[in-house]
Amino acid sequence: MPNVQLKEIARARSGDKGNTVNIGLIAKDQAWYDTLVHQVTSKRVSEHFDGLVEGEVTRYELPNIHALNFVCTEALGGGGSSSLRLDNLGKCFASNLLRLEVKVEKNKVD
Amino acid sequence: MRPIRIGAAQGFYGDTIEPAVATAKAGNVDYLCFDCLAELTMAILRKDQLKDENLGYTRDITGAMKALLPYVKEKGIKLLTNAGGLNPVGAQQEVLRVAQELGITDLKVAVVKGDNIFEDMEELMDSGISFDHWETNESISTIKDKLLFANAYIGAQPIVEALRQEADIVITGRTTDTAQFLAPLLYEFNWEQDDWNRLASGVFMGHLLECSAQSTGGNFSGDWQDIEAMDQIGYPIATCEPSGDFVVSKVEGSGGLVSPETIQEQMLYEIHDPSAYVTPDVVVDITKVQFEQVRDNEVKVTGVHGKPKPEELKVVMGYENGYMGQVIIGFSWPDALAKAKKADQIIRQKLKRHSLDYEELQTDFMGYNSLHGPLAEPPGEDINEIYLRMAIKTASKREAMKFARLFPPLALNGPPSMGAYIGNIPPRQLVGMWASLIPCEIVERNVDVHVQEVFVNA
Repeated sequence: MPNVQLKEIARARSGDKGNTVNIGLIAKDQAWYDTLVHQVTSKRVSEHFDGLVEGEVTRYELPNIHALNFVCTEALGGGGSSSLRLDNLGKCFASNLLRLEVKVEKNKVD
Repeated sequence: MRPIRIGAAQGFYGDTIEPAVATAKAGNVDYLCFDCLAELTMAILRKDQLKDENLGYTRDITGAMKALLPYVKEKGIKLLTNAGGLNPVGAQQEVLRVAQELGITDLKVAVVKGDNIFEDMEELMDSGISFDHWETNESISTIKDKLLFANAYIGAQPIVEALRQEADIVITGRTTDTAQFLAPLLYEFNWEQDDWNRLASGVFMGHLLECSAQSTGGNFSGDWQDIEAMDQIGYPIATCEPSGDFVVSKVEGSGGLVSPETIQEQMLYEIHDPSAYVTPDVVVDITKVQFEQVRDNEVKVTGVHGKPKPEELKVVMGYENGYMGQVIIGFSWPDALAKAKKADQIIRQKLKRHSLDYEELQTDFMGYNSLHGPLAEPPGEDINEIYLRMAIKTASKREAMKFARLFPPLALNGPPSMGAYIGNIPPRQLVGMWASLIPCEIVERNVDVHVQEVFVNA
């Protein structure tokens, strides 16, 4: 089974609240939702963001729009107005997550 | 009962007002609602206010009102905004001034006060409210002496009260982002205060509209190359039914895209638990929401559920948290990254020798890892340029300024081909954020709505 980056099968948007970032991850096609649910666990997301997210990663499921929502605490170096980071509002966390690779059946991806 | 049409006017302090003007002209809306405040905005407004006590509101309200007040009179469009920030009365006076300048009379401008609890903090603490951090449970004593502002997030009810007093314009301080959008529906449809599903639908509508073009193709991570006419992107308009269901659209002929995909992205923006999005008006559950494309650029939203509102309001406080000094310098091919890394080392060694006092130091290589941090893939050897960006957190402004002075000599004393010195970035005060909870009734008893009318110059 080949690996693909999430960017091939999902869309994402991230935003800040204090020192917490959330990332909404939406399957481009409903058929990919199971792939996300099985492979993009909070543990994997936590490991993927090693060095950026210092706190917990909590995952919520939204089958109604075939999406997952990840809430990451201690993720912005203190939060928007206090952070030394250039991405101080975590707007790029979404694209960062889209780098993550998942395994897919070959015939399902062009 | 006819549907009510609500247009988004602004998604943040500094957002363009052009799409709101387009909506006012051709969108057939009853209300234009602004969301001007973010945590970062409150910090900016406080810095403004410390320089000039007449400030503390979002200053682009002047331009926004110049552009929109004529439509308030011509078309009866009401404007609801939280542009008041830390000084809603100041904002109200500015709107009255603009109205006079434009020769507009018979205009009722309401102001909502009571969210700002900064002056009452001592008294509130004496009465037994802990203001401990709502997530970490840390005691506020660690930052109490450095507090800059403290505001409770209030809901839609006082805005409804202002509309009942026939206000054309309502200006608030720190209401929730969605309160401006929910208030017209409560006022027009007379929804009961415990009609949780309808209230939740109104709040969710507000959530989809509050970030302006983020529902109409702005910031879209899907096929963003295909979004049309981003330079003339339309802001979302909601057509709301008394049932709570609504359709999101935009002005015909404007740029952007309204599709289930663009709306889904905004749906999850800054949401934590999707089954419990907490606001002072209702707790919203969006796990059963459905979207249906009913026409080009028109999406119907159904299935929002609500649960009883919480008994506490969120309070967000800002506190002084030192200063940031930062410097950016560029290095060219060949070996751009290696040169930038060498410069970073040199600065770090100098920092040790000069015994400069700092709490945190961050290095970014712009063009490689400044937005993706440790997740970035190393660039190829042939990259044309890298910018070294270093940032330092210090207790005082003076220390932050000393840091910046270490860099210019690198042009002659460091690695070759330092091609750009984006220098003289003034040190910035850092503002830490502290969130806590307070019982609703303690804030609500001090909430005050006051309407003032533009008087005619003799």
